[in-house]
Order: sequence, then structure tokens, then C-alpha cells
Amino acid sequence: MTDITDRQQLSYIAAQAADARVNLELETEGMTLNIGPQHPATHGTLRIVAKLDGEQVIAADPVMGYMHRGYEKLTEVRTYPQVTTLINRIDWLGSFANEVPFILAAEQLMEVEAPPRAQWIRTLLFEMSRIANVVLFLGDMAVQVGAVTPVFFAFRDREHILNQIEAATGGRFHPNFDRIGGLKDDLPAGWVTETKQVMKKMRSFCDEIENLVMGNEIFQARTRGIGVIPADIGLSYGLSGANIRGSGVDWDVRRDNPCGLVYDELDWRVWTHPDGDSFSRFWVRLQEVREATRMVDQLLDGIPAGPVMAKVPRIIKVPAGEAYVETENPLGVMGYYVVSKGDLVPYRVKIRSASFNNMSITPWLLKGVYVPDIITILGSLYFILGDIDR
Amino acid sequence: MIAELSYWQETAIRVGAGLGAVLLVAGTLVYVHLFKMVSFMQSRLGPMEAGPYGSLQLLAEVGKHLQKEDIFPRKADRFVFAAAPFVVLASTFLLVVVVPGGPDAWFVNNDVGIYLAMAVSSVSVIGILMAGWGSANKYSLLGGLRATGQLIAYELPLILAVVGVVIQAGTMNMQGIVFAQAEGEIFGWGGIGNPYILTQGVAFLIFLIAMQAELTQSPFDMPIAESELVSGYMTEYSGMRFLMFFIGEFATAGVFSAVAAVLFLGGWYIPGIDPTDNIMNVLGPLVMFAKIVILTFLVFWVRFTFPRFREDQLQRLAWKFLIPLSLANIVVTAIFKVWI
Repeated sequence: MTDITDRQQLSYIAAQAADARVNLELETEGMTLNIGPQHPATHGTLRIVAKLDGEQVIAADPVMGYMHRGYEKLTEVRTYPQVTTLINRIDWLGSFANEVPFILAAEQLMEVEAPPRAQWIRTLLFEMSRIANVVLFLGDMAVQVGAVTPVFFAFRDREHILNQIEAATGGRFHPNFDRIGGLKDDLPAGWVTETKQVMKKMRSFCDEIENLVMGNEIFQARTRGIGVIPADIGLSYGLSGANIRGSGVDWDVRRDNPCGLVYDELDWRVWTHPDGDSFSRFWVRLQEVREATRMVDQLLDGIPAGPVMAKVPRIIKVPAGEAYVETENPLGVMGYYVVSKGDLVPYRVKIRSASFNNMSITPWLLKGVYVPDIITILGSLYFILGDIDR
Repeated sequence: MIAELSYWQETAIRVGAGLGAVLLVAGTLVYVHLFKMVSFMQSRLGPMEAGPYGSLQLLAEVGKHLQKEDIFPRKADRFVFAAAPFVVLASTFLLVVVVPGGPDAWFVNNDVGIYLAMAVSSVSVIGILMAGWGSANKYSLLGGLRATGQLIAYELPLILAVVGVVIQAGTMNMQGIVFAQAEGEIFGWGGIGNPYILTQGVAFLIFLIAMQAELTQSPFDMPIAESELVSGYMTEYSGMRFLMFFIGEFATAGVFSAVAAVLFLGGWYIPGIDPTDNIMNVLGPLVMFAKIVILTFLVFWVRFTFPRFREDQLQRLAWKFLIPLSLANIVVTAIFKVWI
């Protein structure tokens, strides 16, 4: 693992030295390439200022903030139930997962606990939003390296999941379903059997992607050994989620600190890959989708009976105090630090979103790679602009 | 009948037929492959509204592009920028002239036909470099330079693959190559002639791979690379000039497939019909058309399935694998030709 990085860095230094000699004679100049904010590979409005020498990157600097929507400030003028509407839009592909940690933090402050049925359904929808989110990555990664077709399969099969989420919550992308003390509603009739069918479809989608994309020699040539993140460097930049598990670090908040979700009662495992390159990040995410479908199956079988809402006051006033809750969201660890002064509205909410930290490694990672690899690496880090800029 | 026409009449017919051969084929390929086959691969329907099953969609697209403003970037080299699409398209039209469609249905019956084809096919590189440089856009420049490196690298295996066929046929005349295949025999059996795909299978594969690269179709679409270079050398083009690049892409795919069909699949002849029979002037173009559609099907099937190579991987494939393989193929072919 470390060798590949060393080689990458060494070849970069050697190329630099050689070019410096050429530059003395020919006085060639580098070129500054603005990738974004309007660029097909940036999933929105990320801008990367890359200084190029030929096609090799000398330095790359991500410029964030083109989509800053000020959610942390906005939460201060919204009541607690209203906040979920905002934070739904942080990671817009796995919306329900954004609501959960905030609600858990508020519940912690109010010392309310959701009834078991609500906890199970929360975990269920959490994992389904993970599938809905990561499935799109699996197709999109293929687009980043140049294959057009897999992303259509991803959109096609994600539709099944979104239909189920819509059937249960009423919203395809922004469910706004989680409430302090439980959930808005119970599951509709017949939903459990339908969802089981959908999980079968998702597993066959994973097999399809494994054959079509992961088994492809060109895909492997493009991703193996590209963008290698050693475990210690990754940890020092605060990477989380599949990005750090792709570097062989066995860290998953779902297992280590499930706080309020029922992961302890399920039979599942955390997937890691030792290589730390773009391929391993793809591989880990594919395995996690598979694992999530299995978890959803178990959750569907084991939902306990009972109410979905605990007794909470009609007007929610959260007692003064501070709470930090983090969960393992589709993009990585997401946490909310909620400070309350006993008001209707939070005094301050700090959002720790996964993509912001995952992005921060790019200047280190992009040094010395070629232009096509910028796209592969950015694709494999898998960020969502809403999650970076909030 | 053609012999009874005067020279200018005959020339006019041949020129008109050449234009038709390029544009009709390109239109068919856009509809059959880009609009429909790929849509079915990607679980979509493709265009359905314009005409029956969307068959007039291309006309609608052309009409739309014709109406668009012809935008020049402020810093563009205006003449070079404006001329580039014409150079690219000219290469395609020059390439088609050597492709025969029947015993008399040819555009130019030249004794160095395939040599001419290989020569004019490189003209498009100049057009692409002009587009990349003239756009005054960094993405275009990167795309243009990548395209130049790639097209020059894959020109070699393309030509070397053809050499095997030329050795076996003993002529560079495209018509002669068709006749050589039509009159050939497989171990003394002349039932279907001897299409060179049987003896030159390796050359055929090399030709297909190099053709894919020459057409800058995925997995060799590094010069266009939508996800990184926006649209490569075409980024700044709009309206009619973009349309010319777009049609050029499909027309060139059709014409290269036609060349491949002549060289390896037997061209226009039909087994069992005398190749000099006058009926072949009607049937021959249809046979060629069918072969073009089949070969371009392969091209677009691969294009929409595979990810793209990186620049260095692409060069490595050309120089370290395809060129040595095609040289070996030439040596083996020559040995068989001389001693056996």
C-alpha cells in the first residue's frame, strides 16, 4: 500500500526535476486549469483549481462554497420539528439519513426515547436511504471513468427503492419523516413484502454492476493504484465512511456506537479493503450496498409491534444542554452538535458533514496525478456538494 | 449504361452518390445505433415523437442546429476555428471515394485505393488539432493534443493491419481486393469465395481496435472524455459547426466500417452470383450497407459498454501490443504468400 504512494510521489519528484531542466532550456509554462464550478464531473458546483504541467497536476486546490446555503445559521431561527426540513437537503441522495442524527441529539437532550418499533423503522429507512444513495455512486463511478451505460441501470434500479421510501414516507427525496420521539406514521399495509422484493432486485443490481463495471479490465486499470490513501494519512485528514474503510481502517459508527439505532440486534459485518486506492473504495461501497440489503431483510423480519411515537409535548421545548450524536451516513460519519438554551429553537447547531472532511484530502491526493485521474479520484471519494457546502 | 453518359454526367452521378453514401449512412447510423440501440441498452425508449418511432428525430435535430447562432469565442483564431469542422468532414468525404459498391458502382477506381484511403484518413487529425488550438479553450487544447497523439499512434496498426490484406490480395485496388476475395477459394472450395476475415482474422481484430481509436469512440474517447474535458476539442462549437463534427463522427464510423467490410468481409459480392453481373450494381450497395450496419453495431456496442483508457494506457496498447502483433501478422502472411 505504502509502496504505491511512495512510487507515485517519487515519480512525481523525478518528473518535476526533469521538467525543471527542460524548463530552463525552453521556458515552458504551466497551465492553470479551472475544473468547475460548471463541469460535468463535479456533481454540482465544486471548483478545483489545478496547476498543470502537460497533463500532470502540480498542485490542485478545491474551492468550496458555491452552494453554501447557511443551514447552520438557519437552524437557529427554526423550531426543532422544522429543522428536519432543512437538513434533509444536506445530502440530497440519502435524505432520511440526515434527519436521524439531529433527531437523536434532540431526543438525548429531552431525555425521550422512541418506542422500539420506531427505532427499527428508523434503522430500516436509514439503510434504505444508504442503498438509494450508494447505488447511484456505483453507476456514477463508471461514468467518471467513461462508461455511459451503468448509470442508467443505477437510475433504473434506484427507482424501486425510492418508490418504497415514497410509499412509506410520502417523499421520494426529502421524506421529512423523523420526529422527536418517534416517526410521523406507521408503515403502510403490504409494504414489508414489497420491500423484500425490492431488496432482491437490488442484490441482482449489485451482481450486474460487479460483472459490468468491477470485473472490467479497463475499469480496474483505471482505478487500481490510483489515488492511494494510506490509513494514517486518511485518519489525519478526518476521512470517514467507505473512504477510510477502503484504506483498511475498521471503523464503523454503526457497530462502534449505534446510539438509538438497532444495529446491535442485526447480524452483519463491516467491510474493509487493504489497498486504499480508488478501486478499493468502489469495492467497499458495493459490499456495503449488499450488506445493507441483507440488513433491511433482517429489519423487515424483526420489526416489533407497538406504537411509533412516544409521549412528547405538543409544543417542543428542548431543555438547556448540549448533545453530539453522530451516525454512519451513506457518505461517511455525520454528526450534529446541538446546543439548546431551553428555547423553541436551537441556540446553535454545528453540522459535521462527511463530504467536507472527505474533500479536504484532495490537495494531497491530487498532487502528481494525471488529469484523467483527477476525475477518477474525485469520483471514488464520492462527495455530494450539498454535503460539502451545507 | 454509365458508359453511354458523357464525362461530366458520369462525374456528377458519382459525386452525388458519394454524398449520399456518406450522409444516408450517417443518418441511418445515428438513428439505428445512437437513438435506438443504445436506448434499448440503457433501458430507455429513445426518441418516439418525431415521425414513426422517432425516425425523423435526426431531421428535427438538424433543423434545430441550423437555427442556432454560430458562436465564436472572443479569443478564438477565427479562421482556424471556422475551418476545422470542414477539414474533419473533408477527410470523411475523401475516404469514401475509394469504397466500391459494385462492379461499376464505384466513385474512383484507383490502383492505389487503400493507400489513398489510409493517407486521407489522417487529414482529420489536422482538423481536430485546428479545432483544439483555435478554440482558445484549455479543455479544447488538451482534447486536441490528446486526439493528435492518439490518432497518430493508432494510424500505424491500422495501416499495418491493411498490409496483410494487400499482400494476400496482391493489389492495393479496392475493387481488386473484392474480386480477389470473390474469386478466392478455401482449400479448393470456392462456394463463398475467400473473405479475408478467415485468413486475416488477427488483422481484422487489429483493424477494428485501431478503427475504434481512430473514430475516438470509447474505450478510446480520451480526446472527448465528457466527464473530464467537457467535450474535448468540440467544447466551444455550437450550431452548424457542432453538427458537422457530430455528423462527421458517424459518417466516419460508417466509412471506416465500409473500408473494413471491403478488406475483410468480402465487400459487395454475393456468393453464387457472378461478380461482374450487372445486377450486382444494385445489390452490391445493399450488401455493403448491411455490412456497414453490422460493423458499426460492434463499434457502438463497445462504445457504450466500456470505460475509457487513460492516455498512457492507450499509447501502451498501441505501441507495445498492436504494432508488434500486426508486424508479426505481416511476416506470417508474407511467409505463406511466398512459400505456400
